[in-house]
Amino acid sequence: MSWIRKTAAELADALAAGEVTSVELTQAHLDRIAAVDGAVHAFLHVDAEGALAQAAASDARRAAGAPASALDGVPIAVKDVMVTEGLPTTCGSKILEGWIPPYDATVVTRLREAGLPILGKTNMDEFAMGSSTEHSAYGATHNPWDLDRIPGGSGGGSAAAVAAFEAPLAIGTDTGGSIRQPGAVTGTVGVKPTYGGVSRYGLVALASSLDQAGPVTRTVLDSALLHEIIGGHDPKDSTSVDQPLPALVEAARLGAGGDLSGLRVGVITELSRHEGGQGGWQPGVMTRFQESVDLLVKAGAEVVEVSCPHFVHALAAYYLILPAEASSNLAKFDAMRYGLRVVPEGIDNPSAEDVMRATRDAGFGDEVKRRIILGTYALSSGYYDAYYGQAQKVRTLISRDFEAAFEKADVLVSPTAPTTAFKLGEKLDDPIAMYLNDLATIPANLAGVPGISVPSGLADEDGLPAGIQILAPALADDRLYRVGAALEAALLEQWGGPLLDKAPTLEGGAR
Amino acid sequence: MPDITRDEVAHLADLARIDLDDAELDHLAPQLSVILESVASISAVASDDIPPTSHALPLTNVFRDDVVVPCLTPEQALSGAPAVEQQRFAVPRILGDEQ
Repeated sequence: MSWIRKTAAELADALAAGEVTSVELTQAHLDRIAAVDGAVHAFLHVDAEGALAQAAASDARRAAGAPASALDGVPIAVKDVMVTEGLPTTCGSKILEGWIPPYDATVVTRLREAGLPILGKTNMDEFAMGSSTEHSAYGATHNPWDLDRIPGGSGGGSAAAVAAFEAPLAIGTDTGGSIRQPGAVTGTVGVKPTYGGVSRYGLVALASSLDQAGPVTRTVLDSALLHEIIGGHDPKDSTSVDQPLPALVEAARLGAGGDLSGLRVGVITELSRHEGGQGGWQPGVMTRFQESVDLLVKAGAEVVEVSCPHFVHALAAYYLILPAEASSNLAKFDAMRYGLRVVPEGIDNPSAEDVMRATRDAGFGDEVKRRIILGTYALSSGYYDAYYGQAQKVRTLISRDFEAAFEKADVLVSPTAPTTAFKLGEKLDDPIAMYLNDLATIPANLAGVPGISVPSGLADEDGLPAGIQILAPALADDRLYRVGAALEAALLEQWGGPLLDKAPTLEGGAR
Repeated sequence: MPDITRDEVAHLADLARIDLDDAELDHLAPQLSVILESVASISAVASDDIPPTSHALPLTNVFRDDVVVPCLTPEQALSGAPAVEQQRFAVPRILGDEQ
């Protein structure tokens, strides 16, 4: 089997055993990117030279007997919303086209310190606003399972890169599901850590009270390994949790043993009934979900049904809170200090404000404009109490729902997304249909609790991947890994190998 | 809940410093109405005694020691600027003729 199809954990072992060098691994992934990314378009920028130099440095460290971390030498892709010194960072927007940040995000600093060569920057919906990667100003990413379909979003580039074996690992960010939903529709694993568990320093903010960076991988163990490298307190982020991370890799290894005796799993009523609910749950997604729940029972878990009655209002609360925060965060793109500057035509001696208006019109796409205007509206005097104020109260009610649910269960489960990947273009100009993709993932962001999406199989109707979401209380991220690894082990046995073995190989698939 | 008119969208875009042309207003205004309709249900959900949550974690102020730490050099800070003059960001005029 070629190196690119191995897990990050296997690659780390092979590097440690001297069976392969980081330069060879990095080159193998660069070759794969060259072969398939014309069709997939997961990357906005590939840094072959930089990645190979970092790989050579990793090999030198290993030769000297001093690897920097468990994943030293294993290459990685980074979502283009993380600033990278010397590498372009666009956030999928024209307003940042060609911008080269003068500093690294803390996540990137930690990756560099741990010795992971950075292959490049991955595609995303503009400023992470979207569920399909179609809102990227640089063209959509294509789902490796079916190139005519969406890879999810906003982190469709990271998920597709991992699913297409262009990278063994990637970094994503999740504000309302942007790590977990792409994971579900590409048959990969994605983790949104507890809010504050991974530093936001250098993450270009969408909604500061919701944003959280996390791992995008093909296995649960790989996510745990990566999470331990990027997670933990950072004094540069005042919302960073000042506590040590739980033992995540240990939890994943324990879970892979398959014994969940004594664990209480809560099935969220409001997110697991397809009749009469919001969003139109696809039957094949529900069937795979129910089978996964049955496997948890078989592993010894006790299943209880829990009701979270306010979750039905989560989507509405989110689409008031997020635009409000986004309209404020995106005010910094003012054409004065970095990024695009457009001087309007037909105005004599235009003012800074004229330039700002013209630049923001030319530099922002439709979805960004929609949300900035919506946020400006929600924060207007006269509407503030009715919209933003109410949304903040609903946020309290959703947190209380979680608290009550976690008294009855150690983890909660639901399908990650209501459907499998839809066709590119299908929902592009229908914002509400697009927003409904994140129905199940949004409550975790509003409450700050951690969640993981694990592949649950292929839906019968279309043969496309579906995902199951596992949620844990804040700071108990280790539970995600224990339960996720146990389920993954049981499913792998059932499938007779990784789900991605069933995906098209994409060889000779360049468009 | 009020419907959002085309004029209101134009006003909001103005507040948000985005020049929208007529075609964009025609396109975006009806979509914003639909979005607002779909979130309008929120006004009836929570009673007055429910406290608002602005942040997922119970954090208050976070302080650090008042010591100098490394930061960007002027060259780094100006490296992405559209225009630079005398080691400063050069911007278009900021005052109107009457000012």
